[in-house]
Amino acid sequence: MSTQVIQAQGLTKRYKGRTAVDGVSFTVGQGEVFGLLGPNGAGKTTTILMLLGLTEASSGTVSVLGRDPRRSPLAVKREVGYMPDAVGFYDYLSARENLAYTAKLMEIDAGERNARIDAALARVGLSSEADRRVAGFSRGMRQRLGLAEIVLKGARIAILDEPTSGLDPQAAEDFLGLIDSLRRDGVTVLLSSHMLDHMQRICDRVALFHQGRIALMGTVPELARQVLGGQSAVVVEARGKDIAAVLRGIPGIASVEPQGEQRWRLRAERDVRPDIARALVNANAELLRLDDEPISLDMIYNRFFQSMTQGGRRHAA
Amino acid sequence: MQREGSPVQGMGVVLLKELADHLRSGRMRVLEWLIILTAAAALYGVFQQIRNTTASDPFVFLRLFTAAREPMPSFSALLGFLVPLVAIGLGFDAINGEYSRRTMSRLLSQPIYRDALLMGKFLAGLTTLAVSLLALWLLVVGAGLFLLGVPPSGEEIARSLLFLLLTLAYAGVWLSVAMLCSILFQSAATSALVSLGLWLFFSLLWPMLAGAIAQVIAPPDPLALMLGQPGIETLQWQQALERISPSQLFGEGVLALLVPSTRTLGPVFLSQLQGAVIGSPLPLSQSLAIIWPQMIGLIAAVILLFTLAYMLFQRREVRA
Repeated sequence: MSTQVIQAQGLTKRYKGRTAVDGVSFTVGQGEVFGLLGPNGAGKTTTILMLLGLTEASSGTVSVLGRDPRRSPLAVKREVGYMPDAVGFYDYLSARENLAYTAKLMEIDAGERNARIDAALARVGLSSEADRRVAGFSRGMRQRLGLAEIVLKGARIAILDEPTSGLDPQAAEDFLGLIDSLRRDGVTVLLSSHMLDHMQRICDRVALFHQGRIALMGTVPELARQVLGGQSAVVVEARGKDIAAVLRGIPGIASVEPQGEQRWRLRAERDVRPDIARALVNANAELLRLDDEPISLDMIYNRFFQSMTQGGRRHAA
Repeated sequence: MQREGSPVQGMGVVLLKELADHLRSGRMRVLEWLIILTAAAALYGVFQQIRNTTASDPFVFLRLFTAAREPMPSFSALLGFLVPLVAIGLGFDAINGEYSRRTMSRLLSQPIYRDALLMGKFLAGLTTLAVSLLALWLLVVGAGLFLLGVPPSGEEIARSLLFLLLTLAYAGVWLSVAMLCSILFQSAATSALVSLGLWLFFSLLWPMLAGAIAQVIAPPDPLALMLGQPGIETLQWQQALERISPSQLFGEGVLALLVPSTRTLGPVFLSQLQGAVIGSPLPLSQSLAIIWPQMIGLIAAVILLFTLAYMLFQRREVRA
């Protein structure tokens, strides 16, 4: 992540009487997978369109691969592949014909066009469907064809808008694998989604959009520290007397909440697992399970929006 | 802000793709057959009628285009009626179709400007029309050679080719109207209805309305009323109003081009006829001089409508 390939500074987009994107700043490094998170209408797609020069920013600056997409959109669009939300193709043309049209627009030489189209289709696993009309394609196949277009372009940056939404689990899984293979090729990937588990698995860093602003940005553990207050959660299952009291007695534990007969969830400032094991053994209890609760983006997201709405209500009151 | 790169980058690619789409679309095939069949019906009657006058008429080939036998209208009148239909059929979903297929943002993320997309689509429509019209013209001339047994003169060829050019300009007007509607309205059905509505309004209703409006603007003076004739001012207003409609401009152009004896398109004064040999044909250059304003008017309308469409398209958001 030595060089920054995308830099946005104070990016703002105002529509009539409504601010869709409000002073967004972020950078994406070479080879990074960067995720834009947030509910629908939070400004993710508008931000993406401004990066491509497809929408004029009201204020702020963007630099993509060292170029201003407003001033030299063609140069930017030559190196950046974009797959819009629910990508569409010409239904009456075959997969190959669809790609041939964009290949001509990309100015790929006629001599190597067919070979590159074949290679791109093979990469996304559509070789056997190459000459079928797109009309019969499933959503997952269309998404893969969209990715084939990015592969065909040989893009240095791939921008994917909601690539996995509306896919069945298997198709989503396949698609994440394809994105990962792009990353291995050194392609910088910027994707937007509200599928949190997908984002957590594939993104190096994420930015959380809320009402046109980036509310949080960083790696998932960093976000966890910010939102969950640096506390980690531990789940303990044990049999014995007064276990709750024993657990509460351990220094560094902030809260103990029972989750059933023999199960408690603890919050702590630091890693308290060795202390818990020791204390329970000393208290003659049977330790059945001691587990660090994995930090999930889901948790961070829900906690964040809970605090947002509570804060909002307090504000309104 | 100055933007880099050529606005026509990729236009040729868009043009060829759209042209291929048009030429193999079922829609175009239906429209072509509609024209060919009606034209055949119109010409059939005409051939029977003018075969007898082949020897006496110096412009017998042009009569193919203008002669009519009840109940069919003449070939040129039919074209004036059907060509807008084809043009609208080619253009009404040019832009909103890309949106509804969700191909617009994918297309514009390729290294082209919107200019290339719009111009490519417009030129593809115009080329399709030109190809169809030329084919139709060749069919008519071929049938004329075959059935009349006389070759067309050079001037007849020139006049009928100019007629072709005029028809193309007229078609261009309706193509740009349809494309403008395809930008204005998100639904292709609305766009088609509005374009067809405008076409019906301007070719059927407006000629009737123009007379009434002229009466209101310039009521006939008592002298004219006494003679039972409309006043000269009323007539001038009526003609000016009628010429707002592209179909009126087209009709006048056809008249002057295909009927060489046409001397004027407005009211005629006796003083203007001094020394004129009534009924004798004008040379081509003089006929051209008569319809020059009509021709320029049609071309200007195409440019104006296209510019308007271009401006609206540039302001349109990519996600809609």
